[in-house]
Formats: sequence, structure tokens, C-alpha cells
Amino acid sequence: MKILVCISHVPDTTSKINFSSNLTEFDGNGITFVINPYDEFGLTRAMKIKEAIGATITVVNVGPASTEPTLRKALAIGADDAVRIDADALDGVSVAKLIADFAKDQNYDLIITGRESIDYNGGIVPGMLATYLDLPFVNACIGLELDGENAKITREIDGGKENLEGVLPLLIAGQKGLVEEKELRIPAMRGIMMARKKPLKVIAPSNEAASSTILNFELPEAKAACKMIDAGNVDQLVELLHSQAKVI
Amino acid sequence: MAILVYTESWNGSFKKASFEAVSYASQLANKLNTEVIALTISAKDDASQLGNYGASKILSITNETLTSFNNQAYANAIINAADANEVDTIVISNTNNGKSIAPIVAAKRNASLITNVIEVPSSFNPFTVKRKAFSSKAFANYTTNSAQKVITITPNALGILESNTTAHSEAFEYIATSSDQRLKSVSEEKATGKISLTEAEFVVSAGRGLKGAENWGMIEELADLLGAATACSKPVSDIGWRPHSEHVGQTGIAINPELYIAVGISGAIQHLAGVNASKNIVVINTDPEAPFFKAADYGIVGDAFEVVPKLIEAVKKHKANN
Repeated sequence: MKILVCISHVPDTTSKINFSSNLTEFDGNGITFVINPYDEFGLTRAMKIKEAIGATITVVNVGPASTEPTLRKALAIGADDAVRIDADALDGVSVAKLIADFAKDQNYDLIITGRESIDYNGGIVPGMLATYLDLPFVNACIGLELDGENAKITREIDGGKENLEGVLPLLIAGQKGLVEEKELRIPAMRGIMMARKKPLKVIAPSNEAASSTILNFELPEAKAACKMIDAGNVDQLVELLHSQAKVI
Repeated sequence: MAILVYTESWNGSFKKASFEAVSYASQLANKLNTEVIALTISAKDDASQLGNYGASKILSITNETLTSFNNQAYANAIINAADANEVDTIVISNTNNGKSIAPIVAAKRNASLITNVIEVPSSFNPFTVKRKAFSSKAFANYTTNSAQKVITITPNALGILESNTTAHSEAFEYIATSSDQRLKSVSEEKATGKISLTEAEFVVSAGRGLKGAENWGMIEELADLLGAATACSKPVSDIGWRPHSEHVGQTGIAINPELYIAVGISGAIQHLAGVNASKNIVVINTDPEAPFFKAADYGIVGDAFEVVPKLIEAVKKHKANN
């Protein structure tokens, strides 16, 4: 079993987001970068498959050398080898094409991504990558059980879940539920030591252009001060929601 | 070149997000002097109502292989409809189903894909639109020169615009392909009568301040009274008091309802990221220093077990008088 887990290098969830003074570039100063949380659920699912039936797990990222610590962390958690496609991740479409160009001859049985990255929230790479590789695609995947080539898959739908059946190879875009939060693997000292010796291959990008560019960013407008209402006067809240906010 | 909009339905009825999508497509079409073609798949609702939002042509697919949702087959159907009608822009709602179709459509049509869009384009040459990014901590203006585009729009962000277009309806035939059946739907588990979180206009949400799963009765009662969806914070779904599907926040569902009521949630940055696009935020918390009050429009410092029952009574009284 060959599993590819796509890893996005993103600002930690507690990050305050800042941009350059002309609002054209994300300001990474003081930001801690982590494995995209959605990808972590996928990586742990891959580890469980490896432990149950045996598998090699490759992690891949599109990014400059500064993203390598994130790949090393994935190796420390338990991936067998890492690949960094040496290009700036410009937009979802080009990232999907770059990974597809790399993966097309590798015969992965299972490709796992996060359902989106928590920075740009595009949700573009998983479905486009699956389509370029002609694989079935399950988005918002919250359950995966394998029995040989057969997969039982659960995905989130609006207000519930759907159970699906398919046959490998396929691509799932995961999130919490694929494994539980408490099951997430954290690198142990032994894993960190071993990760230093595991292969991290840097490959040149294929020639893929971005299909969109970011002109600039905007920050949300600051909220006006919160109108405080006395706990003994809840009727006033309803009155304000009616007459001022005009929602009820 | 026309604009195609996929109008999603649930159990045969159009979703509100679909009317928003047609309204959005019609604003694009007005600017570009072209027409809006709406595509319905297995909808039982009268499709001609889509004219009320600006569709001038309606293509309806009724094919038994498409009775239940299948992202590959639905994407193929949208691609066929686009190919047959000289379409250059496809509009899809950014719902769970929409998100699982749009990348397939974009990849097969070699189109640019811009998701989570929250405004009409600020320019058409080059095509420039605003979308949410950094889990609603910021917005980004994206531009593309690609002739083929797929745009997914955020539910609840753009509103519905009435039009009185006379829509011409016709059946559209879909021929299934072998790739459609690679994934088989076995069963669905859906809480009946529940309001979809991403599309809800009102959301009542609660956190660890509620102290236990058994205390959610009053949250559900308030939600029912307001016609709201229920939601929860991340710790609550991690502990298992509420299902993951109710988790709103940075790593859960991002929402932007008209009214968000947060009970017993302190307002960590990760939670705010998923909810701060809500148009009105009410925070009820025992701690006057809770960071959520800084992001709220209305706040009550108090014990949820006293304030929420009072709020239920106040809403009942308001409803009786209005």
C-alpha cells in the first residue's frame, strides 16, 4: 500500500493575521507555521492504516525551503519519506497541477489531503488533483475503513453524513472525524531523531502557471463597542434585536 | 458567452443558496450583457421560479442515476450543460455539495477556480472578486485572466435579488458515464428537520459554559423559537457533548448568519475566525473579561442558566405581540 499525504504549511490557528503596509503580501513575521490541521487528521489516519495493514507514507508539499521544518515534523510523526516541490504555492490550481505532475507515475493507492488549508481556505487542490489523476474524490471525509482494495467512506453533508463505498485508488479530503482530536499524533523524541535521517527529496517544479493572482488583502472593519445589557433586563435585548438590528 | 449556474436542491426543493446563486449570476450577466442559464438536477420544485431571480433559460435533468447526489456525475452533468451552451463562467454555491463538485468541473474545463466569493466582481477586465481568506480573519481580492471561470459563492453573503425574467425551460438529457459509479452512496444519516448551518439565517451556539450535554435543551428550545440552527464550540465537539457537524470556528464550519447568539463561549481567536462574519453577534457569558465581548454587538454578563430561560420568555412575549 502506497499512501501520499499532501501537507500544507500554514500559520498556527492562534495567529493574528497581518499584511505588508500596502496590503499586497502576507506578513509572516512572528508567525509560527504548522502542519495544516486538516492534514494532521489525514496523516494520523495514514499512520493507523500503516500500523494495521502495512503501508509506506510519502508526504508532499509545494513550497520554498522555509517549509521544510513542517515536512520534517510530518516525518517525525511517522511518514516514511518527504517530497518538496520547489516552487512558491501561488494558487490552488497550480499547486494541484504541480502535485499531479509529480504523482502521476507513482501509483499511489490512496491520496489524502485536508479539505482546505486554514490560510487561503480554497478547498481547490483536493478535487482538482483527484481529477487530474482521474481518481474518485471524496470531500469533507470523516471516516475511512479499508478492507483490501475496498473502502468504506463517510463524508459530511449539510446537516448530517453520507456513507459511501468505493475501490482504491482514490483521493479523500479529510477533516476532524477521520480520526478524533485526541488520537492526533505528536512527534516523540525518537521520531524527531529518526526524522533527521529520513529522505526529504527536493524536486524541480514542472512548468505550471497560476490561473489567478491575489491583487491585495483587506482586514475586516473594526466592530463598534459592544452594547452591554443588564442580565435582569433581557427584554431589552429582544427589543434591540427587533428595532435596532432588525433581525427579529 | 453565457453564465451557467447550478441550482442545488435538497429532497427535490431548491436551497435558498440556489436563489442567491442565480441572483449573483444575473448580476454578472447584466454587466456582461449575456444570459443566465440555470441547471437543475433531480429538482421537484417548479423550476420556472428561477426566472424570478434572473435565469432566462432553465435546463432540467431528470435521470434516475442522478436521483441521489454523486459529485462525479453531477460535475459531468454541469460540464455537459456548459459545453452545449457556450458557457464561460459557472456559478456554484459554496455548500458541502458545491465544494465537492466545483474543483472537478474546473479541472475538466481547464478553468480558473475562485471559491468562497462574497461580492460581485469589482472589475470584469481583468475579472476581480473579493473572497474570504484566513478563516474570515481577512479578505483577498483575486484576479484572473482565464477565459473559463468557476466561481463558488458563500451562502448568506450575497442575498437574493428579485427579477422578472421570463424563463424558457427545457429538459436536458444526461448520459451516464462509467466514472460516475466509482463511488456508491450506501446510506445517509441526516438529522431530520434540522436547519443547515451554512445556510441558516440565525444560529444559536453554546460552549463549555453549559457544563454538560444534558443542558442543551434550553439552547435547542431557543433555536426552535427563532428558527435557528444550533452550533457549538470546538471543545464541546471534542468532548463529544455535540456532534462534529455542529462545530463552528476555524477548523470547523465557517458561518455568516444574520444573527449569532453565543452562550458560554469565551471567544478564542480560533472560534472568532469562523463566526465573525455574522452580521449581528450576541454574547452571553459569566466572565465580563471574555474576549468575545470585544467582537460582539450585544452582550450580557450573566449565568447562562438564568439568562437563556429569560431570553426564551422574552422572545415568546415578543412573538405574541408582533
